[in-house]
Amino acid sequence: MVDVAWQETGVDVQDVAERARVLNRLRIGDIVFHRITKTAALLVLMVLGGVIVSLFLGALPALQEFGFGFLTTQSWNPVTDKFGALAPIYGTIVTSLIAMLIAVPFGLMIAMFLTELCPMWLRRPIGIAIELLAGIPSIIYGIWGLFVFAPFLQQYVQPPIIAAFENIPVLSTLFAGPPFGIGILTASLILAIMVLPFITSISRDVFDAVPPVLKEAAYGLGWTQWEVWRYVVLPFTRIGVIGGVMLGLGRALGETMAVTFVIGNAHKISTSLLAPGTTISASIANEFTEAVGDLYTSSLIALGLILFIITFIVLAIARYLLLRINRRIG
Amino acid sequence: MNFLKSLVAAGLVAASTLPVRALDISGAGATFPYPIYAKWADAYKKETGNGMNYQSIGSGGGIKQIQSKTVTFGASDMPLKPEDLTKSGLVQFPTVVGGDVPVVNLEGVKPGDLKLDGVTLAKIFLGDIKSWDDEAIAKLNPSAKLPKHAIVVVHRSDGSGTTFIWTDYLSKVSADWKSKVGANTSVEWPAGIGAKGNEGVANNVANTKGAIGYVEYAYAKQNKMTSVSMINKDGKAVEPSAAAFQAAAANADWEKADHYYVILTDQPGATSWPIAGATFILIHTQPQDPAAATEALKFFAWAYKKGSKMAEELDYVPMPDKVVTAIQKMWTAEIKDGSGKPLFSASN
Repeated sequence: MVDVAWQETGVDVQDVAERARVLNRLRIGDIVFHRITKTAALLVLMVLGGVIVSLFLGALPALQEFGFGFLTTQSWNPVTDKFGALAPIYGTIVTSLIAMLIAVPFGLMIAMFLTELCPMWLRRPIGIAIELLAGIPSIIYGIWGLFVFAPFLQQYVQPPIIAAFENIPVLSTLFAGPPFGIGILTASLILAIMVLPFITSISRDVFDAVPPVLKEAAYGLGWTQWEVWRYVVLPFTRIGVIGGVMLGLGRALGETMAVTFVIGNAHKISTSLLAPGTTISASIANEFTEAVGDLYTSSLIALGLILFIITFIVLAIARYLLLRINRRIG
Repeated sequence: MNFLKSLVAAGLVAASTLPVRALDISGAGATFPYPIYAKWADAYKKETGNGMNYQSIGSGGGIKQIQSKTVTFGASDMPLKPEDLTKSGLVQFPTVVGGDVPVVNLEGVKPGDLKLDGVTLAKIFLGDIKSWDDEAIAKLNPSAKLPKHAIVVVHRSDGSGTTFIWTDYLSKVSADWKSKVGANTSVEWPAGIGAKGNEGVANNVANTKGAIGYVEYAYAKQNKMTSVSMINKDGKAVEPSAAAFQAAAANADWEKADHYYVILTDQPGATSWPIAGATFILIHTQPQDPAAATEALKFFAWAYKKGSKMAEELDYVPMPDKVVTAIQKMWTAEIKDGSGKPLFSASN
């Protein structure tokens, strides 16, 4: 490049040493830039590696003591120093799944309404409201859940549900009383509200990106709104939609404060969704400060390691799904 | 090397020639006594110019920090066992008394209306007694009309000295509780829902009909919660009050206790509140920094002497005088510098 620039100016390059010096300086600049960016990128890898190593080292005493049984037992007893992670693992997965079960259809419906059916003047207010929902700190959801939502559920929602399902085989165990107000289901509902904005706003953005000509052509063929959405919009955008869902799932799995407030924090697996339970992050947040004894602390760190692995698996599955979809389309 | 040495020397000279530096004492540990320690520290600084920096990181953290000698003193709501103290070269002494109060949410029941004894309380928290109209409760409260309502047990979800006092009491009065659950800062709860902190338990109890939970006495008092009267070791019903806590502390046998390993639950005396507990300070018998340790002891001596009123204002119960005298004797006898000279004498 320097050579070309020199020739264009028509200056006769006689001073070879001068030219080499300039070239050299430019090359050094490039090398430095390359190194800096590379260091920044490697730093992320190092931090990640450091986190994994320190989590693993911290968890080692507990893993050595309990072995594989740590994953399969649900006793969590600081008095006798017997710890098992099954109850928090169960709570984490179940609350996240129920939250996604509620938030995904709702989020997609809202996104669809906003992009296709909503009158122009209403789009902005609803869009802004959803973005604001995403900006609410999780502690606010927790406080609101404990003071407003849980008492409301306890008084007006749970008693009729318990009564209604009393004699139906499976549902009677799923919704067995007494109505605490807080519990697995309440935590799931709060989580659903929390992840809704992620799913909605990402879906809305990708729905907006569908070329109008495709939709217009489909409408022109006489398709209904549902058919257009199901067979044109959704296939065109599914990668983005799955991305949004996974982002939401990631938040649900790791959410701590809001869940701690409303889940009931009992290290127990109950068949009833109304019963109290706990999640991995809630257990850690609750117990870390006053965890006396090495094995107790180590067990809590091991819980963190498990959450790390669960999140990793979720991300891996998401990648795999995207890869398969890409391949099928391609 | 020489350069480094001179640098260090220069630093030392600079440090020593600074205008009279106030000695700051550092401590870490239990959250329960944090408000009173902070208030004492503030008043002490105004009076003497010496500061006290206390981090309320939890009893577990406090024990770890004093064992690794990163602070001058540690603080714990749970006394350490004598053998653990000896092993780490520590001594402990109580500063203020607090305790747990059972609180309920029952329609028509006012503070002190309901009477319970330890065994019944243990059965409720074990999940053996499930309804408020249970015979065992009715027998203790013949005049009260209790509803046929499910009992919702609320306990702490975080590890806490409050829980230690509570479970220690239940272990003392109920063999069942002792064998199935035991006593610790957090336990494997057989029943109920967990809530974070005193405020979490208080809110869950306030929001849930038929709930029973336990909170720190100061918390129950300040929030005017519906407290339950307890039948104590002497068979007398007592309401939670500062006097009842002090009675429990005064009736405890501090002098005979090994290393002040005294847990104030289930103490004798007609007016003793049965679920009381003290909060403790941990300090090395041969501190690394004798000057700082001396300052810490001076601080606590000042707090015993002048801090009682401040403690009472915050609804903590100060230590009885005879216990304070015994504690200070122990300081002189146990805490020494490298040459074996006591760091504290009662006269200064």
